[in-house]
Amino acid sequence: MAQPKALLVRSPGTNCDLETAHAFELAGASADRVHLNRILENPAILDDYQILALSGGFSYGDDISAGRIVGSFFRHHLMDAVKKFHDDGKLILGICNGFQILIKTGLLLADDERGLPSSTLAWNDCQMFQDRWVNLKTAGEKCVFLQGIEQMYLPVAHAEGRFVARDEATLDALEDAGQLCLAYCCNREGEDTVTFPDNPNGAQRHVAGVCDATGRIFGLMPHPERYIDPTHHPRWTRGEGSDTGDGLKLFQNAVAFFG
Amino acid sequence: MTLWEVDIYPASGHVDRLAAAIVADAEDLQIATHLEIATAHGFLVQADFDAQHIQLLADQLLVDNVVEQSVVAPTGDPLLAKPPVNIYDRLIYVMPKPGVMDPVAQSTQAAIADFGKPAEAVRTFRKFWVGGLDDAQTERLVTKLLANDSIEQVIQGPIQLERLSFGTSQPFELKTVGIRALDDAGLERLSKDGQLYLTLVEMQTIQKYFQELGRDPTDIELETVAQTWSEHCSHKTLAGKIAYKDDKQELRFDNMLKETIFAATQQIRKTLGEEDWCVSVFKDNAGIVKFNDEYNICFKVETHNHPSALEPYGGANTGIGGVIRDPMGTGMGAKPVCNTDIFCFASPETDPASLPQGVLHPRRVMKGVVSGVRDYGNRMGIPTVNGAVYFDDRYLGNPLVYCGNVGLIPVDKSFKEVQPNDLIVAVGGRTGRDGIHGATFSSAELTSESESLSGGAVQIGNAITEKMVLDVLLEARDRNLYSAVTDCGAGGFSSAVGEMGEEIGAEVWLEKAPLKYEGLSYTEIWISEAQERMVLAVPEEKWPELEALFASEGSEAVVLGKFVPTGNLKLTYNGNQVGEIDMKFLHDGRPPVVRDAVYMPPAVEKLELGAEDAASLGNDLRKILSSLNVASKEWIIRQYDHEVQGGSVIKPLVGIQNDGPSDAAVVRPVLNSRKGVVLSCGMNPHFGDFDPYDMAASAIDEALRNCVAVGADPSRIAILDNFCWGYTDRPETLGSLVRAALACRDLAVALGTPFISGKDSLNNEFSYFDENGDKKTISIPPTLLISAMGQVDNVSNCVTMDLKSPGNRLYLVGLTKDEMGGSHWSLVHDKNGGQVPQVDTDLSRKVFTGIHEAIQTGTVRACHDLSEGGLAVALAEMAFAGGIGANVSLDNIPHQLETPCVVKLLFSESNTRFVCEVPEDAADKFEAALAGAPLAHIGHVADHKELVVLHGETKLLDEPIELLKQAWQAPLNW
Repeated sequence: MAQPKALLVRSPGTNCDLETAHAFELAGASADRVHLNRILENPAILDDYQILALSGGFSYGDDISAGRIVGSFFRHHLMDAVKKFHDDGKLILGICNGFQILIKTGLLLADDERGLPSSTLAWNDCQMFQDRWVNLKTAGEKCVFLQGIEQMYLPVAHAEGRFVARDEATLDALEDAGQLCLAYCCNREGEDTVTFPDNPNGAQRHVAGVCDATGRIFGLMPHPERYIDPTHHPRWTRGEGSDTGDGLKLFQNAVAFFG
Repeated sequence: MTLWEVDIYPASGHVDRLAAAIVADAEDLQIATHLEIATAHGFLVQADFDAQHIQLLADQLLVDNVVEQSVVAPTGDPLLAKPPVNIYDRLIYVMPKPGVMDPVAQSTQAAIADFGKPAEAVRTFRKFWVGGLDDAQTERLVTKLLANDSIEQVIQGPIQLERLSFGTSQPFELKTVGIRALDDAGLERLSKDGQLYLTLVEMQTIQKYFQELGRDPTDIELETVAQTWSEHCSHKTLAGKIAYKDDKQELRFDNMLKETIFAATQQIRKTLGEEDWCVSVFKDNAGIVKFNDEYNICFKVETHNHPSALEPYGGANTGIGGVIRDPMGTGMGAKPVCNTDIFCFASPETDPASLPQGVLHPRRVMKGVVSGVRDYGNRMGIPTVNGAVYFDDRYLGNPLVYCGNVGLIPVDKSFKEVQPNDLIVAVGGRTGRDGIHGATFSSAELTSESESLSGGAVQIGNAITEKMVLDVLLEARDRNLYSAVTDCGAGGFSSAVGEMGEEIGAEVWLEKAPLKYEGLSYTEIWISEAQERMVLAVPEEKWPELEALFASEGSEAVVLGKFVPTGNLKLTYNGNQVGEIDMKFLHDGRPPVVRDAVYMPPAVEKLELGAEDAASLGNDLRKILSSLNVASKEWIIRQYDHEVQGGSVIKPLVGIQNDGPSDAAVVRPVLNSRKGVVLSCGMNPHFGDFDPYDMAASAIDEALRNCVAVGADPSRIAILDNFCWGYTDRPETLGSLVRAALACRDLAVALGTPFISGKDSLNNEFSYFDENGDKKTISIPPTLLISAMGQVDNVSNCVTMDLKSPGNRLYLVGLTKDEMGGSHWSLVHDKNGGQVPQVDTDLSRKVFTGIHEAIQTGTVRACHDLSEGGLAVALAEMAFAGGIGANVSLDNIPHQLETPCVVKLLFSESNTRFVCEVPEDAADKFEAALAGAPLAHIGHVADHKELVVLHGETKLLDEPIELLKQAWQAPLNW
């Protein structure tokens, strides 16, 4: 297949689009940054792309709550187009604010019986924006983006990233379905309790990322695009980290899916 | 029309975190112990909605039903006045005053419309239920913690409003000011009461100008002159005539800044000749230097002190928002790539009972300032990578907030020129009544009355509006749709249009400015400092494309007038001429400010040290590590996104646990290039108490050594000056400033390090009446910030300060002198006297070049500069950042002490010194790179976890690094 094309949605306050586009390009995709208004004017624009990516930032300033306003635009205007995109076997990725948007749309995790989201990304337990690196482990094989990845070391940078489901049953169901596919963990020898700051926001079951039932829609709070160069690692001057960066594989997986 | 109220509470089983934070703060500020409080936030929605529709909006838009629950009813409904639990007996609402920016309300109103029916108005609020407080306690809680009177209104009890009030339109009325007939006292009164803050001579000059014209000025003409001539816009004191005198010399300046700092840069550029790497200095909104073949980089640092004193969040928020617009308005527009923020506060431990009237508690100021910078920088998607915080009780009434931004600009977009008949186009945010008189207010001394007098000078930012402007601006730049751009800062349109049209002339149609609400007079439109606005000069034929581009992303652009080549500034409102001033008078008519400046060196006190002073060196070290200036700022740093834009190379926190103090930050602004920008700073207000010359020299040396320590090329470092001083009408205060400027000149020339931009903020004093009714004034210590922007060709050569591997050698580079004056050792011992650190520029040049070569050749595994706390603190920081100990001996340290004294060897703060970690097999190469510089092999990285320091056979320090780290981390771990 030809080089896959990624569409990066730009809305007022989106701000990780350039480096996320750069990551897709390094991984072998082509990437266009397209303003949300262009997609609202012409949802058929999605037909030209194989990957729809919502990058980090503060869409509409996190006003009301993070991701809420763009999520509402999606619900009102783009549901048919995005569902078709997904049904065509294509991929959707939401990073940080993109995850916050996806979880508000009902695309990633099914709405409850009242048509409202059954899970959310709430304010961090520490009540503050936090920029710090975290250890992550994957669970299951479902998520297309995480194929062949067991562990990653990536930065988070957010204030509203605490994954909360309405109740334990919701969590159990998601876990059983393999949708709780990425979790914060602790990699210190002899320790396995995960508390702040290993889990930087207090997420239930340490959830850092979830995928939909098909594994082709994925949302995560950590920033894979911020570790695609050896000098991104906070301890590269100590000789730590890898030559490519843990985050790149995630983008390569998206490209390989169409290979 | 109904005014609906939507109250949003944490859902049951979820913690009320805002309440928990208020309880903690109330205890800290001694307002109440065990406060009973519950919080909600919410929306007032004025619309023709029925109950069903508002409930739908609540469920689908306003409330997160997983973690929140809501109460929805029309205002006045008893449901809304029912406390969540019966222990609460008071209800308090806090909301933005009408006219104050409420960004969430704006977004919400737009999102509501997307549900099919528009709302007429939306306002956000916070709601507090409080129990067990009396009236006085409640009042204290509200004023000290819950609300800020300068921007917010407080409603006690249920909201009884039926409609949200906004401005109403006012009939046009041309106002003239009878200035021609006034006597001197009248002129002075007019200056003060009208918040013009001009001097008598300036007022007389204006009077004469209009006497000659045979008419009185209109209000807008007078305001325009006042804005243009304000200290903030014209820097008249430092760029004025100064007669300076100290113990050794008398100097006369026609333009002090030009003849010192600018002149130094000119001299350096001349010396460099073909190799000159400065591009545009001291003329645009930011200074520009070369980066690579494709791009230049620019840098600007501003202060936003007075607004931050009144409203820390809004002041700092708009401080960073404003300085980001400087690179955006430099040349044809630069892309902002990183931020730096430096703050000065009084101690957060200040007894709340001791605060003078009108002063916010330093803890509240600090929290507000940090949140303000955080929320704007993060939302703009610009990494905040460098900063510092200094504490001194003289910043109590006048905290300092320095914000800086680096921008990346294509080589061929680095200059601009307005063309005659270009359209004047305003883009971005709308104009409101916010920030009226900010420019002139910054010239005034703060008093306990400032809050009520100048509340309008405080602005609230909306970062997303600015981000939207940035996104389209760069696109418009690359499509060549305009011929010049500048930002609207202090003075608003008045300054922006006045500056752009200086050489040509301009006609402005004030009614064209988009307003946030009705009711602004033509003068308010002209001088409003509402945020997020920029002005473009657009050729008429490019206007349709530019207009369409801005509209395509929902950003507003309107034609406000034309740069008509008349040499005049003509202002009209709905066809009525409201002002006409000669550009020449406006820009060149200001009478020169002539000031005397005197500097008399204080008598040098000796600092006598005895054996008892060396009795508890370990304790001294921990005390210095715990002192607020030195202590870890991780609590702040983690709240800033320092990695967005994907170019992070050296982060502000480094080491084995990502928590050691980096000397400088490095970012790659161009993602497919290995070239890096290095950002650092230097400041030491305590040295200024001894000698402002040495303070300035030390700040420059510190900024450079921080930059060099991570790998920057010392021959490619550009620096900025930001002077924050007290009342410079006093000759001694101005004298200390001139003395610092002389040091800047001398150091820049000697080190070949050009200043490329700068800014000053004067009159940083706070006056109040104490309990006896006596007037007291607190002046800040002379505070010079030096910000450095360096470059590294290949970021892979950068190093960090954390120790790496046992067995590696440790070297001390540089000369240790008897310089304990202003040191942190003296500070924690409450001792005065001693010699303040000086800079030997020949030595600095040699050491910086040598360190750079050593790093470039790969011989250095870790490098850290010596600053506050000297050698002992540097070693401790390197050790705990690396999670590994060190064995060090002081025996061979190169020094100029009369007698080797261990306190001085450990804690002297002599400049231009580094500790380097060097592998055994690279030692020869390292020493060769530093040939000619004083250096000593002082020890090794150890395989234990203690910092062990010997002098002869005596063990001076044997400190577990974990305890040192705890001492360093504890004080500001909020």
